Amino acid sequence: MDVIIQDIGFIIGTTLMYSTPLIFTSLGGVITERSGVVNIGLEGMMYFGAFAGAAAAYFFQDPWLGLLCAALGGAFWGLIHAIACVSFAAEQIVSGIAINFLGAGSALFISRILFDGATQTLTVVDKIPQPLNFLFGEGKLFPSSGFMDLVFNRFATVYIAFAMVFIVWFVLYKTKTGMRVRAVGENPEAANTLGISVVKIRYGAVIMSGFFAGLGGAAMSIAVVSRFSNTLISGHGFIALAAMIFGKWKPQGALVACLLFGAAKGFEIYLGAKGVPVASDVLAMLPYVITIVVLVGIVGKTVPPAAIGKIFEKGGH
Amino acid sequence: MSGITKKFGDFTANQNINLTVHRGEVHALLGENGAGKTTLMNVLYGLYKPTEGTIKVNGKPLQVSDPNVAIANGIGMVHQHFMLVDPFTVTENIILGNEPTKTFGVLDLQRAEEEVRQLSQTYGLHVEATAKIQDLSVGSQQRVEILKTLYRGAQILILDEPTAVLTPQEIQELANIIRNLTKAGKSIIIITHKLNEIKQVADYCTIIRRGAHIDTVQVNEVSEDDLAAKMVGREVSFKVAKKQRERGDKVLEIRGLEVEDSRGITAVNGLDLDLYQGEILGIAGIDGNGQKELIEALTGLTKVRSGVVKVRDKEVTNRTPGEMINKHRVAHIPEDRQKRGLIFEFDIAENMVLEKYNVPPFSRWFTLLWDKIYQNADLLVKKFDIRPQDSRVLARALSGGNQQKMIIAREVSNDPELLIAAQPTRGLDVGAIEYVHQSLVEQRDAGKGVLLISFELDEIINVSDRIAVIYEGEIVGILDAEGVDEKSVGLMMAGGSA
Amino acid sequence: MKFTKSDLKELFIRGPLGLTIFSTILGFSIGAIVLAIAGFNPAEAYWAIIRGIFSKPKYMSYVIIYATPLIITGLSVAFALRTGLFNIGAEGQFIVGAMTAAMAGYYFQLPMIIHVPLCILLAMSAAAVWGGLAGYIKARFGVHEVISTIMLNWIAFYLSNWSLTIKSFGKQGTGKSYMIQETARIDLFGQWKITEAGIDFIRSHKILGDVLKSPVNIGILVALLLAFLVWYILNKTTLGYELRAVGFNPDAAEYGGINVKKSMVTSMAIAGGLAGAAGALQVMGVGHKIAKLAIMEGYGFDGIAVALIGNNTGPGSVFAGLLFGGLKYGGSKIQDAVGAPTEVINIVVGTIILFIAMPKFIQLVLRFKKG
Repeated sequence: MDVIIQDIGFIIGTTLMYSTPLIFTSLGGVITERSGVVNIGLEGMMYFGAFAGAAAAYFFQDPWLGLLCAALGGAFWGLIHAIACVSFAAEQIVSGIAINFLGAGSALFISRILFDGATQTLTVVDKIPQPLNFLFGEGKLFPSSGFMDLVFNRFATVYIAFAMVFIVWFVLYKTKTGMRVRAVGENPEAANTLGISVVKIRYGAVIMSGFFAGLGGAAMSIAVVSRFSNTLISGHGFIALAAMIFGKWKPQGALVACLLFGAAKGFEIYLGAKGVPVASDVLAMLPYVITIVVLVGIVGKTVPPAAIGKIFEKGGH
Repeated sequence: MSGITKKFGDFTANQNINLTVHRGEVHALLGENGAGKTTLMNVLYGLYKPTEGTIKVNGKPLQVSDPNVAIANGIGMVHQHFMLVDPFTVTENIILGNEPTKTFGVLDLQRAEEEVRQLSQTYGLHVEATAKIQDLSVGSQQRVEILKTLYRGAQILILDEPTAVLTPQEIQELANIIRNLTKAGKSIIIITHKLNEIKQVADYCTIIRRGAHIDTVQVNEVSEDDLAAKMVGREVSFKVAKKQRERGDKVLEIRGLEVEDSRGITAVNGLDLDLYQGEILGIAGIDGNGQKELIEALTGLTKVRSGVVKVRDKEVTNRTPGEMINKHRVAHIPEDRQKRGLIFEFDIAENMVLEKYNVPPFSRWFTLLWDKIYQNADLLVKKFDIRPQDSRVLARALSGGNQQKMIIAREVSNDPELLIAAQPTRGLDVGAIEYVHQSLVEQRDAGKGVLLISFELDEIINVSDRIAVIYEGEIVGILDAEGVDEKSVGLMMAGGSA
Repeated sequence: MKFTKSDLKELFIRGPLGLTIFSTILGFSIGAIVLAIAGFNPAEAYWAIIRGIFSKPKYMSYVIIYATPLIITGLSVAFALRTGLFNIGAEGQFIVGAMTAAMAGYYFQLPMIIHVPLCILLAMSAAAVWGGLAGYIKARFGVHEVISTIMLNWIAFYLSNWSLTIKSFGKQGTGKSYMIQETARIDLFGQWKITEAGIDFIRSHKILGDVLKSPVNIGILVALLLAFLVWYILNKTTLGYELRAVGFNPDAAEYGGINVKKSMVTSMAIAGGLAGAAGALQVMGVGHKIAKLAIMEGYGFDGIAVALIGNNTGPGSVFAGLLFGGLKYGGSKIQDAVGAPTEVINIVVGTIILFIAMPKFIQLVLRFKKG
C-alpha cells in the first residue's frame, strides 16, 4: 500500500516538474493571443531562454539571475516579433517561424562562443532551489521519499508557475490593463476609437509572451535538468502553444492542458523506471492523440479572440 | 471646422470643407455614399489627420491628433459599424479606455455598473448593464454606443448613418433619444443620405458632394427635392425607365422554406414565393429578417431545414452551389462582392471563369485552356465596358463600380434562368447604380426572372415589378410596384399589417 | 507569357522576387554583423562557406544530396500554403514516409523496377493520409491545421520509434531498423563503387570519382520532377485553379461552386504525399534504414523556410532548397575553417524569413531611398 502511494507521489511529482516549463510558456501564449497576435515563435523564445538561463546561472552562480536573464532573453525575441507584427504588419505565423530559427540559432551561436565550441552549457551547480526542502528528511515534519516529499518538495519554479497562472488570470480578467488587452484582441478598431493604443498593448503583450517563454525555457534548463543542450527544447514551445489552444485561450485552461502533457511524461518516466513492459512510445503519443480528439470535440464551442492574427493598421486605407 | 482637406495618396476625400455646429442643435451631414461624410467626421474625431484645415471647439483651436483629444474635448462618435467588443458586457464596453479602478489598477465593476445605470436612466437609454453585447439587438447596441460617448462627457455626438440597420420603431425611439439629448444641451451631428430623416430630426443640414462642401441650409426652409438635387448635383429621376412586359412561365417556386442561420436559429420560417419570367421581384425588408439565409438557400450555399425550392419546375432543394450555377442556371450577384463575388488576387480573366473553369471550352481533361479563358475575358471586358480594359489586371485594382460590372458580366454571360441580385448597388456611385439597374431591367426584358434583394426601399420600389415584403423569415405581403404606397410597405417591413 | 519591361519591374522591385532578393541580402548582412560582433571576419567565414560548396565536385554533390529532401518538403509546405493552409506537419509526414519506405523496402522482395516505385508510392500514400487527416479535421471540425499538424508530428515521431520495437523490423538493441533491400535503394552505383573496378574508377577519374565519393542518388531527379508537377498542377489544371481560389478567398470559391472542404483535404493530402516522398527518398538513397528519433530532425521545419524563401512556387522551392542545402552543408565547414559557429546559418535563414514576413519594411526602405 505504501509503495502504491509512494508511486502515485512520484508520478504526481514528475508531472508537476515536467508541466512547469510548459505552463510558463503557454501563459505567454495566452497573453499574446489574447491581444490578437499569434506567436508560433514560442519555441524559439523558449529555446533561447533555456540557454540564457543556464549560461547566466553558470557564470553568475545564481539561479535567480539565470531566471531573470532567461526571461529578458525571451522578451528580446518577443520585442523582435512585436516590431515585425505590430509595426510592420508582418504575417504573424511567418514571423514566428523566423523567430524559431533565430532563437535557436542565436542560442547555439552564443553557446559555441562561450562554451568553447560546444552546443551545450557546462553543468549548472546553482540550480533553482527547492524552497520546502527543510520540511522533509530524517526527523523533519515529513520523511524523505514519502508521498509528501515526492509531491511537494519541488523546485521554486513549480510554485512560481502556479502563482503565475493565478496572477495572469487576475490581471487579464480583473484589471484595467487586462481588460484592454482582451478588448484589443477582440476588436482593435473599437479599442482604438476609445483612445486605447493598440500598438502599445500589443507590444506589451508580445514582449510579455517572450518573457514567459524565456522563463519556461529556464524552468527546463536550470530546474528540471542542470544544463542547456541543443536537444533540450525540442518542440516544447509547440506543445505549450497547443496547450494554450486546448485550454481555450484561458490561463486556467492552459494549466490543465499542460498538466496533461506533463502527466504523460510522468507516466513514461515512471514506467521506464519500473521497467514495465508497456510500449513507452505509445504512452508518450497519448497526450497528442487526446489533444486532437478533444479539439475535435470542443472546437466548435470555443471561440478564439476575434481579431487573432489580423493585422491592425491605424488610420485605415 | 474650417477649410478641412483630407487626401489619401492622390485621392482627395475632403476638399476645403466648413462645418459649424451650435449647442443644442441637430446638424445633418448629407451626401451620397462615398461623398466624404465619414472621412470628415473621422478627422473631427482624431482618427484621421487632416491634410489642411483647422478645428475649433467652443471657440478654441484644437489639434485633434487622436481620439483621446477628441474625447477629452467632449466629442463622441457612434460609428456606422458599431465599435463594440462582442464578448464583453455592456458596462465593460462603456468604461473601456476610461475604467474606474481601485488600487493597483483593479477594476471597480460595481461602481461602473452603478454609473451606467444612472446614465441610462438620465437620458432614457434602456440597456441591461450586465448583458453581453453579443446577446443584444442592434437597437440596444446602438444605445450602448451612445452611452459610451455620454460616459465620457460628450457634448458633441457624431452619429454615422444611425438608422441604416434599425427598424422603423427603433428609428422612432432614436428620434426620441436625440430629442432628450438636445434638451440636455448636447449637439448632434448626424451623417445620413436619407432625406426624410433629416426633415424629421435635423435643424440644419450641410451637404457634401464628391468631397466638396456644397451648401448649409436650415432644414425647415427647404424641401426634400431641393436636398436631393443638392446631394446628387442634378435633378434626379428616381424612376427606372422600363417597358410594360407580360410575365411568362414560372421560374422559381418556393414552398414552406425553413432555413437556419449560422447559430442554428430559424431565420427563414415557412416562406412561400413565386417568380416568373420577365419580371423583377423585389424583396423588401430590414436587414436580418432572413434575406441572407434565403439567398444562401437558393444558391446552394447553405442547407435548408425543410421546404421545397423549384427552378423551372425541377426540384433543386439542397443542391450544391456548383449544380445551382451550371445545371439549374441560377446566377447570383452577391451582397458582399469583396468577400463572395471576387478573388482579389486573381486577374479579371480568372475571375470571369470562377464558375466555369472546369467546363468546356475553358478546360479539357482537367487542364485549363488559358487562351480560351483570356479570349472570353477580352470579349466581356469590351462588351461591359469594364475599366481598365485589360484582362490581366487583378480584380483588386478595379474600382467598386468596375468590380460590380465584372460580376454582372460574369453572371449575365452565363445565360441564367434566374438572376439573384443582393444589394447590387451598395457603395456604388450614381452612375454605377444606374448601370446596375439598367442591367437588371435588360435581363427582365430578355425574359429572365430577376430576384432583387435590397434594404433600400426606394431601390425596391423603383426597379421592381412586384414587391414581396419579408419579415422574420416570412413573406408578409406581395404588392404591385406600380403606385405602391411607401408607408404601407414600411409598416409591413416592421411587422405591422398593411 | 510575354514579359514587358514594366512586368519585370513589377516582379523585381515591388513583386515577390524583389522581396526575396532584398531579404536574402539583409539576411547575409545581419549574419555578417553578428559574426563581426563575435570577433570573426565575416568575409572569411562566408568565403569558407563558398569554398565548402564549390571547391570540390564531391562538395557540390553533397549540397545536392542535402538539398533534395529540403526541396521536396519545401514543395509540400508551398503547395498547402497556396490553398491557404499552413503545413507545419511536413515534419511528421516526412517521418511517416520514411518509416513506410523503410518497411516496404525491407519486407518486400521485388525486382528493382517495381520495388523502387512501389516504395515511393506507398510512402507517399501513407504520408498523404497523414496530411489529409489534418485537412479533414480542419474541414469537418474546424480545428486549425497548425495545431493538428503539430500534434500529428509528435504522433508520427513516437509511431516511428514504436515501429522499431517490432521484432521483425527493428534490430533489437540497436535502435535502428534492418537495412532495406538492395532492390529498394536508389543510390547510383552503390554496389559497383565497392567493387575493385569501382574503386579503380574513383581513383583514376578526378571529377567523376570525387562525385562518387558522396552517396549520389537519383533523389534530386525525383525532386525536380515533383517541382515540375507542383508547378503544373497549380498553374495549368482545374485542380490548381480550385486550390488557389480557396487559398485566396474561400468564401468566393464556395460561391463559385468549388467544394472548399474537399479542397482542404486534397491540398493537405498532396502536401503530405510530397513530404512523404522526401522521407522515402532519404531512406532509399541515403540512410537505407530508419533510426530511433531523439529529437525532431527538422526536415519539415526547414521545408517551411524553403517554401517561404521560394515564394511558395515549384521553381522557387528548387532554388531555395539548393540555397538552404548549400548553407547547411557549406556552413558546417566554417567551424573548422575560421572557428565561427555554424549556427550563423540559422541566423541568416531566420533573418531572411523575418524580412520576407514584412514586405512593408522593404517598401519603406525603398521609399526612403527614393526620397
